[in-house]
Amino acid sequence: MTKTALELVRDDRIEARGTLPLDTTATQRLLEVDGVSLEYRSERGVTRATHQVSFDVYGADRFVLLGPSGCGKSTLLKAIAGFVTPAAGEIRLEGVRVDRPGPDRVVVFQEFDQLAPWKTVQQNVMFSLVASRRMGRKEAAAAALDVLAKVGLTKFADAYPHTLSGGMKQRVAIARALAMRPKVLLMDEPFAALDALTRQRMQEELLALWDDVRFTLLFVTHSIEEALVVGNRILLLSPHPGRVRAELNSHQFGLHDQGSREFQATAQRIHHLLFEQAQSHAQSHA
Amino acid sequence: MLNQSIHPPLRAEYEHVLEPLSDVSVETALPWQRRLWQQGALRKALILILLAVMWEVVARLENNDLLLPTFLETAHAFAAGIADGSLLAKAGISLSLLLRGYACGIVGAFALTLLAISTQIGRDLLDTLTAMFNPLPAIALLPLALLWFGLGNGSMIFVLIHSVLWPLALNTYAGFRAVPATLRMTGRNYGLRGLRYALFILVPAALPSILAGLRIGWASAWRTLIAAELVFGASSGSGGLGWYIFQNRNELLTDRVFAGLAMVILIGLLIENLGFAILERYTVRRWGMQH
Repeated sequence: MTKTALELVRDDRIEARGTLPLDTTATQRLLEVDGVSLEYRSERGVTRATHQVSFDVYGADRFVLLGPSGCGKSTLLKAIAGFVTPAAGEIRLEGVRVDRPGPDRVVVFQEFDQLAPWKTVQQNVMFSLVASRRMGRKEAAAAALDVLAKVGLTKFADAYPHTLSGGMKQRVAIARALAMRPKVLLMDEPFAALDALTRQRMQEELLALWDDVRFTLLFVTHSIEEALVVGNRILLLSPHPGRVRAELNSHQFGLHDQGSREFQATAQRIHHLLFEQAQSHAQSHA
Repeated sequence: MLNQSIHPPLRAEYEHVLEPLSDVSVETALPWQRRLWQQGALRKALILILLAVMWEVVARLENNDLLLPTFLETAHAFAAGIADGSLLAKAGISLSLLLRGYACGIVGAFALTLLAISTQIGRDLLDTLTAMFNPLPAIALLPLALLWFGLGNGSMIFVLIHSVLWPLALNTYAGFRAVPATLRMTGRNYGLRGLRYALFILVPAALPSILAGLRIGWASAWRTLIAAELVFGASSGSGGLGWYIFQNRNELLTDRVFAGLAMVILIGLLIENLGFAILERYTVRRWGMQH
């Protein structure tokens, strides 16, 4: 099976929803977000973060949640991870309702302090496997070295996190998440705190990893370029409260298409979709 | 327009090929005096020697053995006390009592803080109890303890627990609350709950605060014990260091009083520099949580 075949099949399905051709190479629907409204409490009252958001993620998707700040994309990710309970609607993973955090949905956060400072790089990766009772210590140690080799950190297995750079810390977090073989890998702006050059390299490495492992990825970002490069499908969310504005394909773009006319045109289109409405809205208010 | 005609000249691009540096050493070693001065133990030893010399000089000028024996006399009494075993035996009695009280206090503090982080009512309980009992001197409870538990180790351990429990619980709780939210979520993400969550995430992440609490608790317990022995004598039949100091003062053997005090100080220094400092070096410093 080639990558293009898989994408063609998926494209067909997108063209004509509901008339899904039965093809064994296509992945199944994995995660359903069904009319989810999220709220958070502040001292002044209850604020609605997202309003009746629905979308489906299929196996091996690189699904991107894109929107300006205040569109509730991070809260949505935390709800899928099980840290936040929806006020309305339901989130289902393989048909089972999500109601608590669990090792089948591992999160990679933006912050560098997600690694335990009291454990070495290898111990950090092992920790997730041992804590979730997936493996014994010996087995976990071997699995950790294996996945660290994948992200190119074999040499730093015995280093403590505070001695690493930001990019390396994020690589450890990704390695730790991948070692768990989660059903969905959730990434909450994982590269936002990195410098531009490191960020680009991390995107490249993430795509190479996906090519290798074919995990299912749900990726939150506020950068249109990053969404187009990393994702194969993009959900656009409008702010205050977050609602679905559009769902687009971006599988045709890779890291090296950033200069192309088509890439620029799509970026423009997304920009319009996200901000045009907000502008006209502001004008009508003024 | 004149402004538009002003622009920087177009310059040629250039490239340098960088040869490896062979004649310049990148690192140079510090001179030996500097390296010696960087040894913390050496600097601290110097301070101690300086204090001892000052003591000796002041005592000789004063020239009154009864009020202030010289450093050398004290050292002599100390050596004699070690040699005949009396000082070590007294220190042993005090330390064993102290360790028992300290251990009970730690267990109590952890139970109380775990309750406080898991339930609202536990938090209120901790808040109220620490506000009530933390300012209360442990010694003030001793008469009551003697009434309840009689003349013996029981009442001593009771006041020791009181002196350790509150400061440690307060510090541990503050440390737990300061654990970054990301780290908490990471732990829960991997399915940790309840006691495992506290042991594998909260305790190591809050270790700097817990260590500070252990230090304060240790000092407070030591202080309480010596004071209790001084005021109430040998409440356990055979007294400890405080009793030793009290007895020798009654017999006006001031050099032995000083030797007893020196023993208290020495144990304090030892615990601080060997116990806590080493514990810190292998934990929070190594993990980069404290510098």
